[in-house]
Amino acid sequence: MDINRRQFLKVCAAGVSSSSLAMLGFSPQPVLAEARSFKLARTTETRNTCPYCSVGCGILMYSLGDNAKNAKAEIIHIEGDPDHPVNRGTLCPKGAGLLGFVHSENRLKYPEYRAPASNEWKRISWEEAFDRIAKLMKADRDANFVAQTADGLTVNRWLTTGMLAASASSNESGYITHKVVRTLGMLVFDNQARV
Amino acid sequence: MTNHWSDIKNTDLVLIMGGNAAEAHPCGFKWVTEAKAHNKAKLVVVDPRFTRSAAMSDYYAPIRTGTDIAFLGGVINYLISNDKIQHEYVKHYTNATFIINEKFELNEGIFSGYDETKRRYDPSSWGYELDHDGYAKVDETMQHPRCVYQILKKHYSRYTPELVSQICGTPQDAFLKVCEHISSTAAPNRVMTIMYALGWTQHSQGSQMIRTGAMVQLLLGNIGLPGGGMNALRGHSNIQGLTDLGLLSNLLTGYMTLPGEKEQDYEKYVAARTLKPLRPNQVNYWQNFPKFQVSLMKAWYGKAATKENNWAFEYLPKLDKQYDVLQAFELMGQGKMNGYICQGFNPLASFPNKAKIIHGLSKLKFLVTMDPLATETSEFWKNFGPYNDVDPAKIQTEVFRLPTTCFAEEDGSIVNSGRWLQWHWKGAEGPGEALTDPEIMAELFVRLRALYAKDGGAFPDPIMNLEWSYRIPTEPSPEELAKEYNGRALVDLTDPKDPTKVLLKAGEQVPGFAMLRDDGSTACGCWIFAGCWTQAGNQMARRDNSDPYGIGQTLNWAWSWPANRRVLYNRASSDAAGKPWNPHHKLVFWTGDKWGGSDVPDMPPTAAPDQNVGPFIMNAEGVARLFAPTGLADGPLPEHYEPFESPVPVNLMNPKNPKAFSNPAARVFKGDMEAFGTSKDFPYAATTYRLTEHFHYWTKHVDVCAIIQPQQFVEIGEELAKEKGVKAGDKVKVRSNRGEIIAVAVVTKRIKPLDCGGVKVHHVGIPIHWGFKGVARMGYLANTLTPFVGDANTQTPEFKSFVVNIEKA
Repeated sequence: MDINRRQFLKVCAAGVSSSSLAMLGFSPQPVLAEARSFKLARTTETRNTCPYCSVGCGILMYSLGDNAKNAKAEIIHIEGDPDHPVNRGTLCPKGAGLLGFVHSENRLKYPEYRAPASNEWKRISWEEAFDRIAKLMKADRDANFVAQTADGLTVNRWLTTGMLAASASSNESGYITHKVVRTLGMLVFDNQARV
Repeated sequence: MTNHWSDIKNTDLVLIMGGNAAEAHPCGFKWVTEAKAHNKAKLVVVDPRFTRSAAMSDYYAPIRTGTDIAFLGGVINYLISNDKIQHEYVKHYTNATFIINEKFELNEGIFSGYDETKRRYDPSSWGYELDHDGYAKVDETMQHPRCVYQILKKHYSRYTPELVSQICGTPQDAFLKVCEHISSTAAPNRVMTIMYALGWTQHSQGSQMIRTGAMVQLLLGNIGLPGGGMNALRGHSNIQGLTDLGLLSNLLTGYMTLPGEKEQDYEKYVAARTLKPLRPNQVNYWQNFPKFQVSLMKAWYGKAATKENNWAFEYLPKLDKQYDVLQAFELMGQGKMNGYICQGFNPLASFPNKAKIIHGLSKLKFLVTMDPLATETSEFWKNFGPYNDVDPAKIQTEVFRLPTTCFAEEDGSIVNSGRWLQWHWKGAEGPGEALTDPEIMAELFVRLRALYAKDGGAFPDPIMNLEWSYRIPTEPSPEELAKEYNGRALVDLTDPKDPTKVLLKAGEQVPGFAMLRDDGSTACGCWIFAGCWTQAGNQMARRDNSDPYGIGQTLNWAWSWPANRRVLYNRASSDAAGKPWNPHHKLVFWTGDKWGGSDVPDMPPTAAPDQNVGPFIMNAEGVARLFAPTGLADGPLPEHYEPFESPVPVNLMNPKNPKAFSNPAARVFKGDMEAFGTSKDFPYAATTYRLTEHFHYWTKHVDVCAIIQPQQFVEIGEELAKEKGVKAGDKVKVRSNRGEIIAVAVVTKRIKPLDCGGVKVHHVGIPIHWGFKGVARMGYLANTLTPFVGDANTQTPEFKSFVVNIEKA
């Protein structure tokens, strides 16, 4: 039998009619030829890691689009990675629902701003957001940076602005965040390890 | 985890305590069932609730929340008094033989060196007695009255089964049954694993609970062995990595610490961290601290970090105290902070005493959130009726909400609980205008740098000199960043023994941290990650799952820190002569001329057993610490203290000393002590927990998860429900001294009242997953109820033990 795993899955997914055909003695090869074309056959498979708990289950994400410049990829299915030595293809109820996280209606799409005492969000551009935040940070740092303590100790710290770093973002994100934060002199800085 | 997920299959006994792996780490728990099915392992669960981990167990014992040190101290007493310890291991691999300072004492629950006004210890009386060479004195016979073994024996002789049962509410026979199971692994060829999670960390004495577990494992000889170890099941997918990378108030990368403000002299800062061996012949790996620290400063400040300016020591901010999250919100409430940036973090939902968090955020000038989802924090200023009863008109905080990509929309690596760095790939673009976190941080930095270049400002030097040679300065790629934290040679590195031999050319990636130097010739952003992206490429992306020894050691799958080592302290898997304790589960052993086996040895490769090099190479002693002379804020030995809010009126361990009721070294802010409730008004023990169907506060945004667990509930036992006239499905109001929530009552047989020294204690279980944002039904943030006090060492809030009252709503 000359089928790879994905084709085999397609055969299984074809449901009662094809499996009954197979039971009647038809080999998967002709069954495959008769079945309609399945969505997964046209997808790109990408390996990733579940972002929830710390087991670090391997997942396979299937997206429409073939990485061509004009094709916008859309993830349409996520399942456990059978090659992964820890989860061996399995996922828990949360991991099995990961597609719903990627496509949650509460995903944020644009930078937004809430003015003092306002009761609503206003959409702003990234340019406005970065510009305003950088200016607020600089003004606060310049006004409150402590180069030396009253008794003459050099401390070079900035305590009036703080930062919380994530719990699920990548190492690369964490590394560059730490590099920037310490360089600014921040000490009010934590990640989710404490909670 | 000292070990890793697949390794659990090698165990003979699993103890799940302070966690609930079956529900919170379901795919990892499968290795417990694997051990049961194929290694005849037994599972013992100790928990206030009969959890789904308990449902799979061979033996379950109930315990009152927050009393785990009493329980495990009782286990230590049982092991010592019944001679169920692994003698060879204890003698050679722990500090049981070390002699302690004669000034050390414990008086009615308080250790020597306590300053009551500061609620702080001076640990100088907890040290070892040193000989004239500066080495710790030992007594191989372990008979010296001040040797650690004798001190330990005396300390825990007070933890009798009777007292344990009265404090913990565990029936004595159940406690003894658990002891019997645990003690079976004192045999050199049997091993136990301990799996714990936030059920141990989230207490005012959480670090010491974990320490007690580790001490039990050391007495049994279970650390460093396949199927053994202390296995922390981290709560989030990369909280291991972000901690490894030092994103905490007082850390640099790779568990190096920032200077305190008194450490003005660079040489002294380095000397205090460059440990001196406490016994002859020890590896004492922290002697390499200068290599790691200088390499970090070269990675960050490049040419601006020179030997002459002490590698830019001045650029590092100096601490006067810890600025952990509780401290941050205390300062915010006092009006001492102006700005706060939350990257992938929802503090309003995640931190204790929601009212105090709202108060703090409302006093900020600006708040920035970066998240894929619309979090509660980003809308703390909005009124959501009883779920968030605020008046926006009175809140002056400017709020920016920045959309970020999620895991599926980026390349990069994350570190699982087993310390594996696994690379992942992007499957699609993020929605709308979402950017990655590194892009946002880079944009902010580049703009700040331009502003400082143009206008000047406070101490611009580190900002202007930060190494930032990324191809696109506003878009550093994950590959560039990963290569940077791995580290590289800055000049040709020659062999110190043969200067004509070039080990690594300038610009090449270092193969591991052993290549790092303290003369400025190497740069490395995180020394423990060195080896993850070498000249051979990205080791984190490796996908060979072969397991040649059949014990779950897939050394070519991803990459594990440190040095791709899968089991920490693995030299201890063999006896002093280098022979495996269990010939069927060989891990690392002496082959006659070197250390070999199925893991990367945690030992200099050719240090022969007769050189007596201890297996705990990160400790200056070379051995593990049953007694901790330094490093802990609240005592060298774990002692039982009650949670700050306790359902019982006295600490039965030290009934005559009210100062030792709760952890005497835990920090409590003014006003928070007054906000604690008493058992008189709030008679029930409460504890928060997770459900299988939800992850923290994220999955209420996910339709499938919101369908399978749509609505907030609290869990109470049948007997309490009957007392209160509550039926399953009724709405109940749960109150603490800080607030109240209303939720559906789920009445179960899983929570039974416990008899704690004559006090009948009921538990109320509070799942955490609901809030006022999401697609699930709106609910109250569980942290409306929780107390604002943390562990004395880590400041992890005491979410797992507080008191409430309950009534039909």
